[in-house]
Amino acid sequence: MVAYLIRRAIMLVATLLVSSFVVFAGLWAAPGNPLATLSGGRSLPPEAVAVLVERYRLDDPFFVQYANWVANAVRGDLGMSITLRQDVSDLIASRAGTTLSLIVYAALIVLVVGVAFGLLAALRPGFFDSMVVVGTAMVVAVPPFVAAIVLIGVFAVTLRWLPALGNGTGFWDGIRHLTLPAFALAASATAAVARVTRTSVREQMGREHVQTAVSRGIPYATVVRRHALRNAAVPIATLAGMTVASMIALSAVVERAFGLNGLGAYLVTSALSKDFSVVQGIALVLVTAFVLVNTLVDVGAAMLDPRIKLGGRS
Amino acid sequence: MTVVSATLRAGRGGRGERGRLGALGMAAAGVIVLAVVLAAVGPILTTADPNASDITHAYGAPAAGHPLGFDGQGRDLLSRLLTGARTSLLGPLWIVTLSMAAGIAVAITAAWVGGWLDSVVSAVLEVMFAFPGVLLAMLVAAVFGPGLNAAVLALAVAYIPYIARLVRSAALAERRKPYIQALEVQGASALSICVRHLVPNLLPIIAAQATLFFSYAMVDLAIVSFFGLGVQPPDADWGTMVGGGQSGVLQGYPAESLLAGGCIVVLVVAFNLLGERLSEGRPTSRPWPWRRTRAVGAA
Repeated sequence: MVAYLIRRAIMLVATLLVSSFVVFAGLWAAPGNPLATLSGGRSLPPEAVAVLVERYRLDDPFFVQYANWVANAVRGDLGMSITLRQDVSDLIASRAGTTLSLIVYAALIVLVVGVAFGLLAALRPGFFDSMVVVGTAMVVAVPPFVAAIVLIGVFAVTLRWLPALGNGTGFWDGIRHLTLPAFALAASATAAVARVTRTSVREQMGREHVQTAVSRGIPYATVVRRHALRNAAVPIATLAGMTVASMIALSAVVERAFGLNGLGAYLVTSALSKDFSVVQGIALVLVTAFVLVNTLVDVGAAMLDPRIKLGGRS
Repeated sequence: MTVVSATLRAGRGGRGERGRLGALGMAAAGVIVLAVVLAAVGPILTTADPNASDITHAYGAPAAGHPLGFDGQGRDLLSRLLTGARTSLLGPLWIVTLSMAAGIAVAITAAWVGGWLDSVVSAVLEVMFAFPGVLLAMLVAAVFGPGLNAAVLALAVAYIPYIARLVRSAALAERRKPYIQALEVQGASALSICVRHLVPNLLPIIAAQATLFFSYAMVDLAIVSFFGLGVQPPDADWGTMVGGGQSGVLQGYPAESLLAGGCIVVLVVAFNLLGERLSEGRPTSRPWPWRRTRAVGAA
């Protein structure tokens, strides 16, 4: 186990180094010189140029620049936004909360609603089960931006239950504003988790050890909880974890659709306005989060399920 | 951690290639053929210019010669949908073709040569998984400027590891079979064995994976266009239309967004269904775990 964890930690560091390199190398891959990319094609006063050259060490060799950039990033210095003249770290910090709450909210929906529907469908064959199977098959195919449009059209414009745009102020208003985005982000993942829960719980219920437990007179609810759901938990948790990881990149879609002031929406805005330091900073933060969550899911699955061979990915 | 649903399904095998598609698979194939035909002959069906804007018709209801009405800039919706079908189908086609070609070449080389090359390739692929396709596309758009080509290239690169991982393990298994060894003993060159025998024998797996990936590529490309980083206005594209129609949704005119979004969903479902049918009993590799619609077990 220790050897496995060390191996994963080394892989994690290597992956982070390489992906940070990719994010950094974008500066040099761009047509024109790095200075033009950093300024987004704007003409800058000589003092500002001097600041950029100093900050990015543009006069130094490529790898010195990269090392300098990574060292600064680790210390929390991600450079300056060329459009807002503010530190990228500050801009990221003020928006990270929105994205984090959105993903946590969506993850809760995926787990609670997905597992509930899947469990009910598994235990109650018949009409409800068929409805879940057909319903999830349709919802699973709806990409988040289409889900966002439909939810805005139905719940914000037609029924006027919830706001369509903006962050809101205060805790409860914030939750109200996050509800439609979270459901849009969670929709297809919830359907997928429901399907997986249904399949794996039903498979477990047919197993000998569960049948034995039932025939020994152990209460049905206890059998479901202790014997069926616990064994079904590994595939459910793995899928849910991978799903949360994917939401890190996809949160941009719903943030953009619902006008939320989050990291992803800001990444899109910055890419459109060619504010390159911001694009680099947010891309670095999102990739790091994505890699971390994926590693946690892998390690968690290995710890939950003793059958997983610790040699590596098959 | 790779999830292998193939083993769960293997027991149901035994049907021939012809019966593989089933009614649903045939229906999905029908939808795809219909979409391709409509995209190809679109201009014949409607006389309206997809880019001709007449602001007096903004959000106009269906009228004679304009069966689906108008968008927020007074452009004919039907002709925009039909024109948009071209970019929306050709974009993913390029993504799948490019990533398949690169992924297969890398995987076969690694599997054939083996040794340190195989280890290096596997490590590089492992790291490439760290970059979600949509994120890479945004980074590339920031570097090279927004546009369809940059988005297609970025997504193609992001898909390579999934294809290479799948093809590599399939090629390794195939390589151990006696017929390949027999060819090697006869002195056939590695290139000719790979091109003439190995790849053709992997074709069923490759075709199934390509079909599945088309649905992923379609959604990802639509997301990038939805951001305004892919297909640029005034060119029509379904992803761009979903995003562009959003102000209409807020004003109570959801037609543009819903029609374009509906087209995307229908085709994604069709490609996904067909891919699932083709890949029944065969290994697959997918970027977005939750769109897997079949049984899943942790391996």
